[in-house]
Amino acid sequence: MSLPAYLPILFLLVLSTLFAVASIWVSSKLGPRKWTVAKLQPYESGIVPEEGVAENERFPVKFYLVAMLFIIFDIETVFLYPWAVAYEELALFGLIEMGVFVGLLVAVYVYVWKRGGLEWAE
Amino acid sequence: MGLNTPEIELLGIAPEIALVVGALFILIVDAIIGEGGNKWHLWILSTIALGVSIFLAVQAWGSNELQMGDMIAVDGFAAFVKITLAVFALLTVWLSRSYLHRDGIEESEFYGLLLFAVAGMMLMASAADLIMVFLALETFSLALYVLVGFRRTSLTGQESAMKYFLLGAFSSTFLLLGIAFVYGAIGSTQMYGSSAAGAGAQGIATALVSLPAGEFTLLVIATGLLVVGLGFKVAAVPFHMWTPDAYQGAPSPVTGFMAAATKLAGFAALIRLLDAILFPLRGDWRPLVIGIAVLTMVVGSVLAVVQEDLKRLLAYSSIAHAGFVFTGIIASNDRGVSGSLFYLATYGITVLGAFAVIAVLGGRDERRTTVDDFRGLFYESPLLAGALTLFLLSLAGVPATVGFVGKLVVFGAAVEAGYSWLVVVGVLASAVAAFFYLKVLVVMYMQERQEGAEPATSGYGGLATGVIGLAALATVALGLYWSPLIDFAERATFFFSAGG
Repeated sequence: MSLPAYLPILFLLVLSTLFAVASIWVSSKLGPRKWTVAKLQPYESGIVPEEGVAENERFPVKFYLVAMLFIIFDIETVFLYPWAVAYEELALFGLIEMGVFVGLLVAVYVYVWKRGGLEWAE
Repeated sequence: MGLNTPEIELLGIAPEIALVVGALFILIVDAIIGEGGNKWHLWILSTIALGVSIFLAVQAWGSNELQMGDMIAVDGFAAFVKITLAVFALLTVWLSRSYLHRDGIEESEFYGLLLFAVAGMMLMASAADLIMVFLALETFSLALYVLVGFRRTSLTGQESAMKYFLLGAFSSTFLLLGIAFVYGAIGSTQMYGSSAAGAGAQGIATALVSLPAGEFTLLVIATGLLVVGLGFKVAAVPFHMWTPDAYQGAPSPVTGFMAAATKLAGFAALIRLLDAILFPLRGDWRPLVIGIAVLTMVVGSVLAVVQEDLKRLLAYSSIAHAGFVFTGIIASNDRGVSGSLFYLATYGITVLGAFAVIAVLGGRDERRTTVDDFRGLFYESPLLAGALTLFLLSLAGVPATVGFVGKLVVFGAAVEAGYSWLVVVGVLASAVAAFFYLKVLVVMYMQERQEGAEPATSGYGGLATGVIGLAALATVALGLYWSPLIDFAERATFFFSAGG
């Protein structure tokens, strides 16, 4: 392990930092600015955001809960695909492991369901 | 491409599995039963889960192997720590039942998270791979962040949970960076690097033998970062900033649990790393750890003197106690390791007892936790005052209590290893510490009760009394007859070794 071996990495680091800073600076100086109402929207070409959110009001924490539940069950699918691909090779080991994994998620599902996490209305 | 599936041997992690299954069961059963009711099933089920866990941990006693693809070390050290952790958790569950029931905030999530936390701590004790250390650490930390803020209506509770969370996340990055350096140095994150995983499986222990001297620079840097990351969790100075706030704002049973069990789990990983794996590098890590130990003992003791709140006072005292444990680690001989284990086990029981008294006396919503609130306590409730006296004397290290024996063994180990001056620092710090413990005693016995003060004890269950009684009994009994536990700790000092 010698220091000169790392010189190219250092060089790249400096160069990329310089490039990033320079491009932001140049575009802020040279780029034309024409504000329109559409451009000031959070999503320029998407759905109109909820009323109230734009006025700095709080929006329901339930959005957060839904997003979190989505990720939990989405990740489940992500893990199921590779298992399906390597099903033969993993054999019994894979079956047990996935059984444990899905079993844990079922437990979470029952918990969320019974606790009313899936209901939107208060 | 063939896949290498690890063999599944469940004995090594059976105690953890029991706890996770128990916690899930509690959460689901309570969700199905729904709101209302006495909720007595929560602590009963928790007790059963912990009981099964202890039984399974005892079964693993005497094993000496790596399991789950060399991720888990099943050895005497892990067994001792797991059993002790489960005992701490049992006391916490019983105390929490009284506490939560009184304050009307009893939820299944409390018990579920507590059991998850214990499972994470147990994994920490038998982790044989640094990634496992990290996962275990995050498992119990995430559960603890929520438990610390469990009094949702309390501002101090929320503040302390937030502080603990932010600084805990910050400390995790040090640990991760340390793991990254280890990977850079030896090409794996394994601690032992051994048996079945195939030829060329490198671990820290094997790398220290095979690498030529002078190639250890990265490992030394990594050791430093790992000590910092774990130092946060055991509240060593200068990584202690979160401790007083988190301990003050958390519900008292959780504070006691953190002081007892989190410290034990953090130190378990530190002891395995420093005294077993990185033992050949002790010349490099000792100066660092000695510095931390001295700072921890001195700063913890000195800052505790000026505290007005009893929970904050005990938080600083817990910092100082972490320093005493470090002296055993620095000695890094058999007596040091067994002494540290003994110290952590007995300190945990004592501090849980002390926080149990505070939980009972603090009243609903913990309004009375300043030292002033304990004025004249002896005249109103002599038994509780007596129990608290016992715990504080033990924390101070007065003979005939178990705290004295604990200090004796770790300091003895340090002297044996040639660190007499460190012991002198420790004894001086203990002398400073004795002052503030005695301050509380003076307030309890020699001052009048405030006019019109609320009755000290209102509405706490028999379970809390039981916990206080058990802890007091253990403090005295082990203080007078300590040899069984010391023997147990001494036989727990064997770590996994490939030779046998």
